[in-house]
Amino acid sequence: MKLQAGLLAVVLAGSLAACGSGGDGAGDADAAAQARGPITIWYSNNAEEVAWGKQMVAAWNAEHADQKITAQEIPTGKSSEEVIGAAITAGNAPCLIFNTSPASVSQFQKQGGLVPLDASYIEERSGDVAQQYKSADGKYYQLPWKSNPVMIFYNKKAFAKAGITNPSLTTYDDFLAAARKVVAAKAAKFAIYPAPSNEFFQSWFDFYPLYAAETGGKQLVADGKATFASDEGKKVAEFWRTMYAEKLASQEKYTGDAFVDGTAAMAVVGPWAIATYKGKVDWGVVPVPTSSGKPASEVHTFSDAKNVAMYSACKNRGTAADVLKFATSKDQDGKFLAATGQMPLRKDVASTYADYFAKNPDYKTFADQASRTVEVPNVPNSITIWQTFRDAYSKSVIFGQEDVGAALDGAAQKIDQLAKQS
Amino acid sequence: MRKGPLGRILGEHPVGTAFVTPYVVFLAAVFAYPLGFAVYMSFHDYFFAAPGAIVERPFVGFDNYVTVLSDPAVRRAFGNVLVFLVINVPLTVVLSLVLANALNAAIRWRTFFRVSYYVPYVTASVAVVGVWLFLFNSNGLVNSVLGPLAPDPSWLVNSSLAMPTVAVYVTWKQLGFFILLYLAALQNVSKDLYEAAAMDGAGRWKSFLNVTVPGVRPATTLVVLVATVTGANLFTEPYLLTGGGGPDGASASPVLIMYQRGIEQGNPDIGSAIGVLLVIGVLLLALIERRFVGREEE
Repeated sequence: MKLQAGLLAVVLAGSLAACGSGGDGAGDADAAAQARGPITIWYSNNAEEVAWGKQMVAAWNAEHADQKITAQEIPTGKSSEEVIGAAITAGNAPCLIFNTSPASVSQFQKQGGLVPLDASYIEERSGDVAQQYKSADGKYYQLPWKSNPVMIFYNKKAFAKAGITNPSLTTYDDFLAAARKVVAAKAAKFAIYPAPSNEFFQSWFDFYPLYAAETGGKQLVADGKATFASDEGKKVAEFWRTMYAEKLASQEKYTGDAFVDGTAAMAVVGPWAIATYKGKVDWGVVPVPTSSGKPASEVHTFSDAKNVAMYSACKNRGTAADVLKFATSKDQDGKFLAATGQMPLRKDVASTYADYFAKNPDYKTFADQASRTVEVPNVPNSITIWQTFRDAYSKSVIFGQEDVGAALDGAAQKIDQLAKQS
Repeated sequence: MRKGPLGRILGEHPVGTAFVTPYVVFLAAVFAYPLGFAVYMSFHDYFFAAPGAIVERPFVGFDNYVTVLSDPAVRRAFGNVLVFLVINVPLTVVLSLVLANALNAAIRWRTFFRVSYYVPYVTASVAVVGVWLFLFNSNGLVNSVLGPLAPDPSWLVNSSLAMPTVAVYVTWKQLGFFILLYLAALQNVSKDLYEAAAMDGAGRWKSFLNVTVPGVRPATTLVVLVATVTGANLFTEPYLLTGGGGPDGASASPVLIMYQRGIEQGNPDIGSAIGVLLVIGVLLLALIERRFVGREEE
């Protein structure tokens, strides 16, 4: 039955698309761009974001009786990207989704599911960071909204048990030495536990942050070519290979949170997790390591951003554009930061919300790191590219079944081909 | 009497036709049309698009099939599922027949055992997988019992053992359903045959081989076919147990790859080509099995 179900899902979605072909869809785009009236939005389903979303909607609706927002959590699915992809195909996507993954934007764009946004507002709000989110045609189909710059969290108690009170984790050698001590002292079964599974996005939490740091902010693909089969990429891959080969990281899937459980002494994660760790782990945080031990102020990392996009099924795009600006205003971004601890993708977050960071010093490090984040490349076949990379990484780095250099070279050749396709 | 156009459509037994119609419509809408559409997609450069979006989906002949067949991950996935079937199907037939035979006898706690075997089948895979991980991860119960004999790398991250472990897991999980099929079949085996066998001096084993096994042959045919079809459609178990087909694709199944290519990566044309090849493969396998397992029945 699973085959039939799979085929059915594929085919029903396809048939819906076929039925819709040739129709007028969202109507005339120019008219829709000016149209005002009620709109629908989706936001993420974690409790903190839901609370922020509800207050934002209430604040808008109180002032706009004729242009009300109807909001809901993004429908449950295997991933929000698949739910959104299906909604685009079915023609029932909402006007705005406050949970759009940058990795999926090229695909949604190809589907005809997105509406270009006001570039001047985006660049004014986010500054130079915005450039990473521009599509190949020079337009923005996503508003860079919030990031979760990933860093290394460490468990102070586990490190103390291993005799490390003020850990230096800046170079690969430092990191490996600390990891070996922690495991040898049985302070934790593993030094760190990135998910070793094969999903395309898992490389965002092991290879990519360290690659961003090692290269000073390079994306996986630049100018239509893979960049990772370089000395820097190979150094990062060899570092992780050592972690797996010496069993300092696990090859096995873990159900639960290894850092919270004490199974791992470190985690690569963004500030969203701080709320999860409260009262469970006495943690410290440092930037991801580099081979030469760059100072913290120069270390880049993966952004783990989620953005806002406007979908072509939206009829009242004038209202949607206004809501987009309202929900990402200085005031609402401040409320979002306070509610979730995630970093609005604005210029000068630390100075704009200085009061918040004074009261919540745990988050200040992340605000500083937020100015040096690297996004997934906004290129065609983005997800296929990440899966291709993950397959090669998994085979060579996690399971050691192929030479690391050869695996990265092979993946780079395939990815060069994928990046050329439209 | 001359029939009108409606009469010709409804045939000799209009009430029967009326009863059958909803199922025919269901089959056409839910199976025939989607299957036909999948074949159509597999011959076109097809992707999902928003209603009203102007997109081209040109006919590409066998290009998608060439892409699929030249993809090592797809070839490996088909090989993996063959390994799975070679382990799962015979194991399912033997275990379910033996256990059904035991549970058909007048034993104490019979209902308890019947329910116990059926519970994993009706329990959500996500929940049962948790138990299996507890048993088969490197620190799990199985390795603790095995001690120095435990495999390294452990079961689910071992390229040679990952798929066999998945096959054993699926056999265990689905056993209750197949036991039920055999229990139903056993009710139809005449008691006279057992009495006659006993009169001829046959013991329990001979009686099982010469009366029970031939007596439940139609059920065996069904079990083999159903186990093959469900096994070939393997998805949830490798996805949950081995983190998306690891290690290095050693437990990836064709449906898992179909999902990755078709849904995750937005290439439903490639996904459909994999699906069509899988359907053809399963049909061929089912025909071969029917020829061998079901031949006496014919």
